[in-house]
Amino acid sequence: MNILDTLERPSEKEYLNCIRCGLCLAVCPTYREHLNEAASPRGRVALARKGLEGELQLSPNLMEQMYGCFACMACNELCPVGIKPAELTLSMRAIQEHIQPAGWKEILFGKLIPRPVRMEAATLPLRIYERSGLRKLVYLLRVNRLLPGQLRDLEAMLPHLPQRPLRRVLPELTLARGQEKYRVGFFLGCAQSLLFAEESSASVRVLARNGCTVITPKEVECCGMPARGYGRLDLVRKQAKHNIEVFEKTGVETIVTDCATCGSTLKDYGTLLVKEPEWADRAILFSARVRDISEFLAVIPLEKPHGRVDARVTYHDPCHLRRGQNVWKQPRALLSLIDGLDFVELPEADWCCGSAGSQLISHYETSVKVMDRKLDNLASTKAQVVASGCPGCQMQLNTAVKRRGLDMRVVHPVTLLDEAYEAENE
Amino acid sequence: MNSQLIDRLLKTIGKANVLYSPEDLAVYSYDGTFAEGHPDVVVLPETTEQVSQVVRLAAETRTPIVPRGMGSGLAAGSVALPTGGIILCLTRMNHILEIDKENATVRVEAGVITADLQSAVEKLNFFYPPDPSSQRHSTIGGNVACNAGGPRCLKYGVTGDYVLGLTVVLADGQILRTGQKTIKDVTGYDLNGLFTGSEGTLCLVTEVLLRLVAKPRFAKTALAEYDSLVDASRTVNAILTAGIVPASLELMDQTAIACIEEAMHMGLQTDVAASLIIETDGTDEQTVLREIEAAARICQENGARSVKMARNEAERGNLWKARRSISPALARLAPNKMGEDITVPRSAIPEVVQRLRTISTNHGLPIAIFGHAGDGNLHPNILFDKRQPDQWEKAEKMVGEVFAASLAVGGTLSGEHGVGVMKRPYLEGALGPLSIEIQRKIKQALDPLNILNPGKIFPDKAQP
Repeated sequence: MNILDTLERPSEKEYLNCIRCGLCLAVCPTYREHLNEAASPRGRVALARKGLEGELQLSPNLMEQMYGCFACMACNELCPVGIKPAELTLSMRAIQEHIQPAGWKEILFGKLIPRPVRMEAATLPLRIYERSGLRKLVYLLRVNRLLPGQLRDLEAMLPHLPQRPLRRVLPELTLARGQEKYRVGFFLGCAQSLLFAEESSASVRVLARNGCTVITPKEVECCGMPARGYGRLDLVRKQAKHNIEVFEKTGVETIVTDCATCGSTLKDYGTLLVKEPEWADRAILFSARVRDISEFLAVIPLEKPHGRVDARVTYHDPCHLRRGQNVWKQPRALLSLIDGLDFVELPEADWCCGSAGSQLISHYETSVKVMDRKLDNLASTKAQVVASGCPGCQMQLNTAVKRRGLDMRVVHPVTLLDEAYEAENE
Repeated sequence: MNSQLIDRLLKTIGKANVLYSPEDLAVYSYDGTFAEGHPDVVVLPETTEQVSQVVRLAAETRTPIVPRGMGSGLAAGSVALPTGGIILCLTRMNHILEIDKENATVRVEAGVITADLQSAVEKLNFFYPPDPSSQRHSTIGGNVACNAGGPRCLKYGVTGDYVLGLTVVLADGQILRTGQKTIKDVTGYDLNGLFTGSEGTLCLVTEVLLRLVAKPRFAKTALAEYDSLVDASRTVNAILTAGIVPASLELMDQTAIACIEEAMHMGLQTDVAASLIIETDGTDEQTVLREIEAAARICQENGARSVKMARNEAERGNLWKARRSISPALARLAPNKMGEDITVPRSAIPEVVQRLRTISTNHGLPIAIFGHAGDGNLHPNILFDKRQPDQWEKAEKMVGEVFAASLAVGGTLSGEHGVGVMKRPYLEGALGPLSIEIQRKIKQALDPLNILNPGKIFPDKAQP
C-alpha cells in the first residue's frame, strides 16, 4: 500500500478538477516574479497531484515549490473551479512532515514557539539590543550598512522594541472606561506581545475607551500559524485545543485580536478540529466568536475621536485579513473616522507584500522582489503613513521603506485611532 | 535526448534559464487543455539572440522546439509530442520596448502579458482591442501565434488586424524583421499575415510591432435574459442588421450561466435559458447610450424576459469577469471538458445552436454553449470524465459531430484557438487536400528540417 494512503491527505476534488486554464498565474506573486510555471499555483497543483498519484516523488525539488508558495490565497479566491492551490501546498507540507518529520520543527514549533516564557527568553537579546542603545549606535554609525544584505533587511524588520513583553505588562483585566457595554476577550499574539507591544496596548485602550472590559488571558499559546506553515498540523491542533480551553474559562462571547494572522488561524479552529468529536462543536463555537479588531469596532457604536492625525495615510491589505477573513472595508472605515487624516488608496492594495510569515528568511530573493512591487505602489501614493493590521506585513513594510529610504511610518490602523483619541488631551 | 545538448544549452543561455528536473518537466508538460507531453528540457531565453542560439543548436541536433508562453492555449499547440524536444518558453522576454505616440504603435517582446500591454497603452489614452478571455494570463506572442480573438473583435478585429511587424527567428536561427510602422504595405508577400496564426510552426515570434487605436471614452453594457436559446441567438442578427455595431455581443446558455452563478454568486437568474451580454462603446456618450438602448429594444422585441443595464463601472467589470470565467467554471460540473471554438456565418447561429443541442441529446453528455455570437464564434464545451472510457469515447465522437455541424452550415473549425494537436484530424475535412498540400509546401520551405513545433496543425500523412 502507498504510504500516502494511510495519511490525512487532500481529497481528489481538491485538485482533480483543475483544468489548467491558467487564470491563477495572473494573480500569483511568486509566478509574476519568477515567470516560471513551477512557481505558479497551476504548477503547484500539478506537482501536488502528480506527487499524490505517485507519478512524482515528494522530492526536495517538489517540496521546494510547496514551500515557495506565499500562501497569500489570491489563487484560492480567484479560481472559478473552486480549487484552492494555496491550501493544497499547505496540505502537501503536512503530508511530507508525516513521512519525514524534521527534528528542528519539533523543537521550534513544538517546544519553543508555543511557550511564551521560552519565547520571551529567546527574544531577550533583541530587547537588550534596543534597550542598551546598541541599535541606535548601529544606525548612527551605519554599521547596518556593513551587514550582508539579507541580515540588514532582517534587522530592518524589527519595530521599536518594547522594554518588556506586553504579556508581562498588560493586566488580565482592563476595565471599560465609563459604563461597561461589552466584555471581550483579547487574544494577545506572540508577535504583538514581543515586538508590537505598543500597538496592542493601543488596541486595548481603544476597546476600553469604547465601553469594553477587556480580558487578556496570559496563558494563551501561539495561534498555530507558524506550525501550520511548516506542516505540523498536529501541533496546530494541540495549540488550538489549549487556546479554546483558556477562553472557555473566561466566559467571554467575543474574542478580539489585532493580529490578522492570529485572527485567520483562530477562525479556522472549527475546520481544523472538525474530525475530533469531543472538540468539533467547541472549536466551531470558539471560531465563531473571533473578530479582528477592526471588524469588531465596525459593529459597535464607536465614539468619534475629537483629536486629529494630520497625515497622508494609505492602507495595505494583509492577505490573512482581506482573503483570510474577508475584512477590508472595516479598517478603511476606521481610518475615515479620523479628522485630518488624508486617505489615499494604495494601488494593488491586496497584493501580497512578500512577508508570508518567514519568506524574508526562507525565500529571500523572491520575497524582496515581491516587496519591490509593493514599494513601487507605496511610493506612488506619496503617503507619510502606511497602515496594516498584521505584524508580518508591518515587519516586511518596515524593511521595505528602509531599503528605499522612504519617509513613511508603518503602523496598525487602530494605533492611528488611538493617537486620535490621545490627541484630544492636547 | 543527450545530456550534451543540455550542457550546451546551459553554456549558451545560462543555468537560470534552462530547466530539466523531473518536476520542471512535469509542469511544462501541459497547456490549457488536458493534453500532456513531456519535453526533454525547458529553456527560458531572455533575448532574441538567445532564441536564435537555441534554434541553431536544435537545428544542428535535429531537436524539435515547442514554443510556449503562459500555457493558456486551448488546442494543445504548446504541448510537447511523444518525441519530446525543447520547450521554448518566452515568458521572460516581457519588456514593452517602445510606445510611439505619434504613430500610435507599440513594440513589445513576445512574453508581455496582453493585459499588461493594454493597461500600459491605456494610461496614454491608446487602446489595444483584442481581448481573449485569457488576456490576463496569456502573452502577446501566444496571441499572435494563434491569432487570438475575444469579445471586442466583433467591432475591432482580431490580433492579426493589429500586427504591423514582427521579429522572428527562422528555423535555421536567422533573425528576420518584417513590416514597419505603416498602416499600408503591399511590398512583397504579407509575411505578417502568414506568420500570425502559424502556431510556431513556421518561425518563432520574439517581438511584435502593434497598431493602436484611440481609447473609447465611454462604454455601456447590458445583460438580456431569455427563456429560449433560439430567441437569444435570433436577436444577435436582429441587432447587427439594424445597423448597430456593438463592441461585443456575447451569448451564454443556461449551463454556462448556472456555473458562473455557482462560482461567483453574482445574483444571475439561473432559470433563464440563455443570456446576451451586449456592449457598445465610443467617444460620444450620447451615441453609445442611444445604441445600447436601441439594442435593448431589439432584445425585448425578440422575446427577452428582461434587459438590465450595468449601472456603473463595477457592475460592468463584474459582468465581464463572469463572462471570462465561464470556461474554467464549467469544470465544476465535470473533471474534463473539450472546449471548441467553431465559427459560423452569423445567420447560421440559430441553426448551429439547434444542431449542438441535438448532438448533446443523442450522446447523453452535456454541451455548454457560450461565445462571441456577434461574430459567429461559439464555444461549445463538451463536459465529461476522461477516466470513464465510455464517456471519453462519446466525447471524441461528439467533437467530430460538432465540427461537422459547423462545416455543414458554412462555418469553420476554429475562430481563435488554432488547430494545435486537437483539431488536426478534422483539418482535411475543413480545407480539402489541395489547401493542405500548399500549406505543407510553405512549411517545408520555411522549416525544411521540421523542427519548429512539428506534429501540429497538419494531420499525419497517410502511410504509403
